Amino acid sequence: MEKENPLISAGGHPGQLQGVRSRFLTPWIWAGAGLIIMAVLSAAIGPVAIPPNVIFKILLSRLPFAAIEIDWPSTFNTILYQIRLPHTALIALTGMALGASGAAYQGLFRNPLADPYIIGVASGAGLAAVLTMSIRWPSTTLGLITIPAAAFTGALITVGIVYMLARVGRTTPITTLILAGVAVSTFTSALTSLIMLLSTDELYRAIAWLLGGSALGGWPPVLAALPYLFVGLAVLIFLGRPLNVLQFGDEQALQLGLNVERYKLVIVAASSLVAATAVSFSGIIGFIGLVVPHLVRLLWGPDYRRLIPLATIVGGVVLLASDIVARTILAPRELPVGIVTAVIGAPFFMWLLRRAKQVRFW
Amino acid sequence: MIARLRFDNTTIGYGQKPVLHSISLAVLPGEVLGIVGPNGVGKSTLIKAASGILPPLEGRIFINNNDLSRLSPSERARNLAVVPQARQLPEAFTARDVVLMGRTPYLGWLAGESEVDHRIADEVMSKTATAHLADRQVGQLSGGEQQRVLIARALAQTPSVLLLDEPTAHLDLKHQDEVLKLVRELALKEDIAVVITLHDLNLVARFSDRVALLSNGRVRDVGDPAQVLTPDELGEVYGVEIHVSSHPTHGSPLVLS
Repeated sequence: MEKENPLISAGGHPGQLQGVRSRFLTPWIWAGAGLIIMAVLSAAIGPVAIPPNVIFKILLSRLPFAAIEIDWPSTFNTILYQIRLPHTALIALTGMALGASGAAYQGLFRNPLADPYIIGVASGAGLAAVLTMSIRWPSTTLGLITIPAAAFTGALITVGIVYMLARVGRTTPITTLILAGVAVSTFTSALTSLIMLLSTDELYRAIAWLLGGSALGGWPPVLAALPYLFVGLAVLIFLGRPLNVLQFGDEQALQLGLNVERYKLVIVAASSLVAATAVSFSGIIGFIGLVVPHLVRLLWGPDYRRLIPLATIVGGVVLLASDIVARTILAPRELPVGIVTAVIGAPFFMWLLRRAKQVRFW
Repeated sequence: MIARLRFDNTTIGYGQKPVLHSISLAVLPGEVLGIVGPNGVGKSTLIKAASGILPPLEGRIFINNNDLSRLSPSERARNLAVVPQARQLPEAFTARDVVLMGRTPYLGWLAGESEVDHRIADEVMSKTATAHLADRQVGQLSGGEQQRVLIARALAQTPSVLLLDEPTAHLDLKHQDEVLKLVRELALKEDIAVVITLHDLNLVARFSDRVALLSNGRVRDVGDPAQVLTPDELGEVYGVEIHVSSHPTHGSPLVLS
């Protein structure tokens, strides 16, 4: 792996075709394999363990022409379809959303510390979501579809405020971005807490949701999240090239013929949509959007055309892994996954910072 | 011959505050126009206006007889390229990645780079002697190499006008020479009109066909380096006593304070 790492091989001349070929293929293989393995583990692990081979058999037995001998208890079917798979899918989608939006925000602000959690977008989306929930807890389909829309609005307003506060001339320096994020997210979190305290009956579920425990089970949240995520992620994945050009700064990007304002608007909208959807159904989960893009950049280079899709996949992998830890480490108690991502993510980020001082990878 | 770039009685500035008044200049194909003047006189402002990112307060700027303000960013970037100072480049991109970004104005929303784009990148990299740097990260390159990569990126836009703002600011003597020789040669070979700002008057004298001397928000004089870079003119503009002799090998004016 070391050989393909552009950071480490930076000084030399990497081999022409061979290097290029493996550099293009391996990340997808690693990330894809990681996602499949973690998804299977996530579905397998729980109070009732379902062996991975049984999972495959259950899935295959659904196919019309598959002749598979049923040698497992029928409760496995119910557990897998009603509980495990929707949970696994929601966690994977949430991780993907956070990974992609983190990468996009970092590219947009040209700032390695941008992430939906740190710049306050997650709390802004959370506030809007809680506001909507306090009106009526989402037991209906309509509720499920309105929450992400409200959260999206909240996210856009927050990102606008943070951007205006953080901007110094034409740049958004790391320090002002963090300060603006802290200020805005403190304010929105306080409002969120206030609203939750006022609506006492649903307090526990709301708090659990806010810490990243999914308050809702089954397929409805997955189905409600899918259209928003599909649109947002597709747009972000196609914006890799403009994001690359934006890394040279607005002025150069404009001189290279990029319609900077238009692209920035589309990137903000798409990444906020994706982050808001994640918040709507899985609460506020920190550090995934921060750590995952760095990890991908460190392993496979800074090209946003690959960075965005890879951060999407790896985001799913990392959140699935964190969720497995959250569900098993104090079993039978289940921790909110947000606690696990913070406990693992914060030290990892400190390590990244240290490393960043030695090898400037940004 | 149609001027590639023409300022037509243009006033340039920020907000409502003019920095440069009624500028009239024209640059022909293959010509290098050097812009000189004391610090803060508005050399960079002139380049910004010519690049289209700073709309003029009054008057118009033309690229190949097209009103600059009526062109979209991509139309602009196909006609005109800017070579910025090699500072704060996103350092993990390879030189080839950077050069290919010069093809941005030719690529649509979803299009990737085609074979044509790659061929053009190869060509401009060999013209700028950067082909051997293709797979290196730009952060690992020397200042002169970075500057040549940025020139290659600008050439990948296949422009008819090339603007350079202090391209030698952070380079040592050898690399200054290399970069300016390259620019000079490209102007002639590719029939590109070049506008370059330099604070080193001797470099301007050696590498420009004509010089525009800016002073007090106006173009004080335009013409042959030997006519413009005179002790009287320069002494008045820069406010110090100036001697001008002749370069022992190049014969261009040699300016000493």
